[in-house]
Amino acid sequence: MSTKKTLFDKVWDSHVVKHVEDGPDVLFIDRHLVHEVTSPVAFLGLKNRNVGVLFPNKTFATADHNTPTINQHLPVKDPLSANQLKALEENAKEHGISHWGLGHEKNGIVHVVGPEYGITQPGATIVCGDSHTSTHGAFGAIAFGIGTSEVEMVLSTQCIMQPKPKKMRINIEGELNFGVTPKDVALFIISKLTTSGATGYFVEYAGDVFENMTMEGRMTVCNLSIEMGARGGMIAPDEKTFEYIKGREFTPKGADWDKAMAYWETLKTDEGATFDKELTFSASDIEPMITYGTNPGMGMGISKSIPNAEDLEGGVATYKKSLGYMAFNEGEDMIGKPIDFVFIGSCTNGRIEDFRAFTSIVKGRKKADNVTAWLVPGSHKVEAAIKEEGLLDILQEAGFELREPGCSACLAMNDDKVPAGKYAVSTSNRNFEGRQGPGSRTLLASPLVAAAAAVTGKVTDPRELMKELA
Amino acid sequence: MAYDKFEILKSTAVPLPIENVDTDQIIPARFLKATERKGFGDNLFRDWRYNGDDTPKSDFVLNNPTYSGKILVGGKNFGSGSSREHAAWAVYDYGFRCVISSFFADIFKGNCLNIGVLPVQVSPEFSEKIFAEIAADPNTEIEVNLPNQTVTILKTGEQESFEINGYKKQNMLNGFDDIDYLNNIKGDITEFAKELPL
Ligand code: SF4
Repeated sequence: MSTKKTLFDKVWDSHVVKHVEDGPDVLFIDRHLVHEVTSPVAFLGLKNRNVGVLFPNKTFATADHNTPTINQHLPVKDPLSANQLKALEENAKEHGISHWGLGHEKNGIVHVVGPEYGITQPGATIVCGDSHTSTHGAFGAIAFGIGTSEVEMVLSTQCIMQPKPKKMRINIEGELNFGVTPKDVALFIISKLTTSGATGYFVEYAGDVFENMTMEGRMTVCNLSIEMGARGGMIAPDEKTFEYIKGREFTPKGADWDKAMAYWETLKTDEGATFDKELTFSASDIEPMITYGTNPGMGMGISKSIPNAEDLEGGVATYKKSLGYMAFNEGEDMIGKPIDFVFIGSCTNGRIEDFRAFTSIVKGRKKADNVTAWLVPGSHKVEAAIKEEGLLDILQEAGFELREPGCSACLAMNDDKVPAGKYAVSTSNRNFEGRQGPGSRTLLASPLVAAAAAVTGKVTDPRELMKELA
Repeated sequence: MAYDKFEILKSTAVPLPIENVDTDQIIPARFLKATERKGFGDNLFRDWRYNGDDTPKSDFVLNNPTYSGKILVGGKNFGSGSSREHAAWAVYDYGFRCVISSFFADIFKGNCLNIGVLPVQVSPEFSEKIFAEIAADPNTEIEVNLPNQTVTILKTGEQESFEINGYKKQNMLNGFDDIDYLNNIKGDITEFAKELPL
């Protein structure tokens, strides 16, 4: 057997406590992120089994999924949400876990605050009861979402039991076209692979495009790995990664930093290591993307028209059901379709670079009258940066308001629900039926496409509006 | 939470021949606000099952008295999307002990195995056969035999075997879960932790 290892092998293998015969690996978890929605039953399980949290200092709790995004200083109105928030607070206190609850200065979406405070580090294993935990793979960590039973396992034993996934590498070479963002790269890959194309695999992203990408862009790409069915995705850490994490609250300092660096610098796929599957795309084939259906694989270049059922591989009935839900027809153009809502936020595109991109287009323009816009920063830190950089003034001048941080309309557990039948251009990650509210219709896109829709009131190619900036 | 042992399940089945059924359909996010694992079956497929005013949608299969049973047969790529274990809880709480599909999303499959719902992956052809038999006769019984790892359409005798790793199989047969296993090796885990770089 070859001794050459992939990045994924290196991190996974070094965390295997033991291999169960004809079964999974027992995998040690370095960082466990906890939020209010998928944890209460796990804490209840600890109580029932009469066990505690094994490593409270490896566990971090934040409230984000069901929190309101306005008037966060007031008591939460919905009694069920309030109850979950209280449960998280009490459970964290009882078990000595740091808790960044609603109103805490470090509060925000779990996958946004993790990297912000240096909890996310290269070579770590990171889990959370949320499928977009894959975000943290941007740092060369193995990060993935788990179910509540597994949350309980990690709380009580700091381990989970999983068979080692297969390995896939996705290479994209060349330079991205004008107006193409990391979100478009991810939606492009998913449209090629479909939502199940990477099921059973852990993905490594490699090639020029990812090397040249900012850390925030890498987070957007890794975040969406789950939407092609992959357990997670990762990118080898490099100078950019180390630069980003250096000096953050939870990153090692002094001699510990040097020691960590010595380890982190080994975290790359060995030359000659093999993958179970390898795919290569060309950057020049990617244009700004938009989805037209009810799963993230139903995406296309914004200038294209909706495919005909006969031209697709999947089931025709399912495809027609999906278009029926969206009230779209085969062969139609997406450009020009009127929209009602714009949502910028979520752990996919709720960081400062996303707000900079959005602002770059709305600057000097006005929000369209037919559009309701929800601008939701991923964390208080992002919110503060929006204000400090003067983006808020530009946004307000253009008729937009900024809300307070949280998951918001990404999953619509709070009041931020798109009404039935309405169209929302969203920078989040899922366009499933009803994801943004019962009956809502979601078009997934980049912050640039969202901004272009926000000021024109319809699906618009952002490159048209960016020409004068170029 | 331990669950009932799973050995041989003989039951009629409920067909849901839709592809890419995601966990937001299985249980929409607004029903995830409980702090206890109770009553999720009531909201299984909520928005496909009920209108906005909570009246049942008569064309949805769970509202059709012709179909019932402890086996749910779904289309390809069943359980994609969110990691919410609530989706598996809802399936279990509604009364299903087994889901058959030609392809499962990873996390959903793992969640099912952890709570005592057996995910059975069959070939696309066999899945089509099952759908066709149920369409022809809703009283068609299916046998899922875990010890032998086979699924059989009883009327026609057609059979296929399915895969499950030996460890998970033992767990399902005994009603054990991973938490029991891990709690028993805690000593090894704390020793291991001392050696880690991070
Ligand atoms: S923003 Fe959406 S995807 Fe991200 S953690 Fe929140 S609910 Fe999950």
